[in-house]
Amino acid sequence: MSKDPYELLGVARDAAQGDITKAYRKLAKELHPDLNPGDAAAEERFKEVSAAYHLLNDPEQRARYDRGEIDASGADRPQQEFYRRYADTGEGTRYHSTSSFEDFADASDLFSELFGQQEARRGTVKMRGRDQHYHLEIDFLEAAEGAKRRVAFPQGKSLDLNIPAGTRDGATLRLKAKGGAGLNGGSAGDALVEISVRPHRLFRRDGDDILLELPVAIDEAVLGARVEVPTVSGRVAMKIQKGANTGDVLRLKGKGINAEGRTPGDQLVTLKVMLPEAPDAELETFLKTWRDRHGYDPRSQLRDMP
Amino acid sequence: MKLSEKDVVLQVDAVTLRRLRLWVGKGWIAPVTGEGGPLFDAADVARVRLLCELRDELKIAEDAVPVVLSLMDQVFSLRREMKALARAVDEQPHEVRIRIREAHLSLTKG
Repeated sequence: MSKDPYELLGVARDAAQGDITKAYRKLAKELHPDLNPGDAAAEERFKEVSAAYHLLNDPEQRARYDRGEIDASGADRPQQEFYRRYADTGEGTRYHSTSSFEDFADASDLFSELFGQQEARRGTVKMRGRDQHYHLEIDFLEAAEGAKRRVAFPQGKSLDLNIPAGTRDGATLRLKAKGGAGLNGGSAGDALVEISVRPHRLFRRDGDDILLELPVAIDEAVLGARVEVPTVSGRVAMKIQKGANTGDVLRLKGKGINAEGRTPGDQLVTLKVMLPEAPDAELETFLKTWRDRHGYDPRSQLRDMP
Repeated sequence: MKLSEKDVVLQVDAVTLRRLRLWVGKGWIAPVTGEGGPLFDAADVARVRLLCELRDELKIAEDAVPVVLSLMDQVFSLRREMKALARAVDEQPHEVRIRIREAHLSLTKG
């Protein structure tokens, strides 16, 4: 902001503090971006006026400005997040109401189809109850395998939830008619429960596939082995082929998430060869002689890199 | 990312716990209900900021706040539906778009 703050607010240079506040309020009511959505000019002016006010409203800053010690640009305020940003992009839609369109239905067949779900009738007006919004955090395994839960929310409301297998983070469960009561015989609203899924210590999820990193011992990798692997539905036996390596991915068919109406996912097991935790003298001695005849270069592909 | 009442009070200087609960009680802010109490998202927090501005800076009287909010919410709903309709019209073939434009012009002239 480089314009004169007194000019922006339309007050004299010797205006009393109270008059400055009054002038600001009057302009802010006219120009506030949330009250003028889509009006870029109003928003620009609001920012200038707001910065001017915050400069002149601080007696010390105002005196310094009057003495010419600072210019008006020092009063630029950090970018403000207006509510409009959310209301316009759809994140604030639960504050929206379509009740003001009800009479459109009379004016247009299209509108009556779009907004026709209201149960309004002439004479007695039936009103559907409000939808009520809930949020619930569940464990990874509850989301993967499905679960039945009775959840007590504050204010005495408890809901019986049937969490389907394969519920995704951010999914919403709709419980028909478990929301607010309707008016004049209108139907009850729904309860909408947004689900957050807590991450798991071992498993990760890719759609309906489960990803797991499996540590294997050096002898298991070299010689092959049968090992037990945890899956979301319990432990299963898995064969590791002779000569398996770190990064090899083994697929346990159908051992991922088994959601209704979808092809069952797989579990993808990524091997990670682990040396013994403590240094091992016998292994060192063996490898010193082995190296002389069988040395190999696992970094040959990296040689021509700069 | 959902915030608790305490997080919101920490994040928005101008709001107190008492005030926040008052506004939620009146339905001006509509958080979702979690197991441990109300949970607020970014849109709720922006709305709390807006309410603070309406009350503290613009000195909108408490009685007038629901009037302002109701009109504001209606404007935002209308804007949203208008945008959706505009997009729906845009997706129509060229001749249909022209016919809609002519019909619209003749209706608004009268």
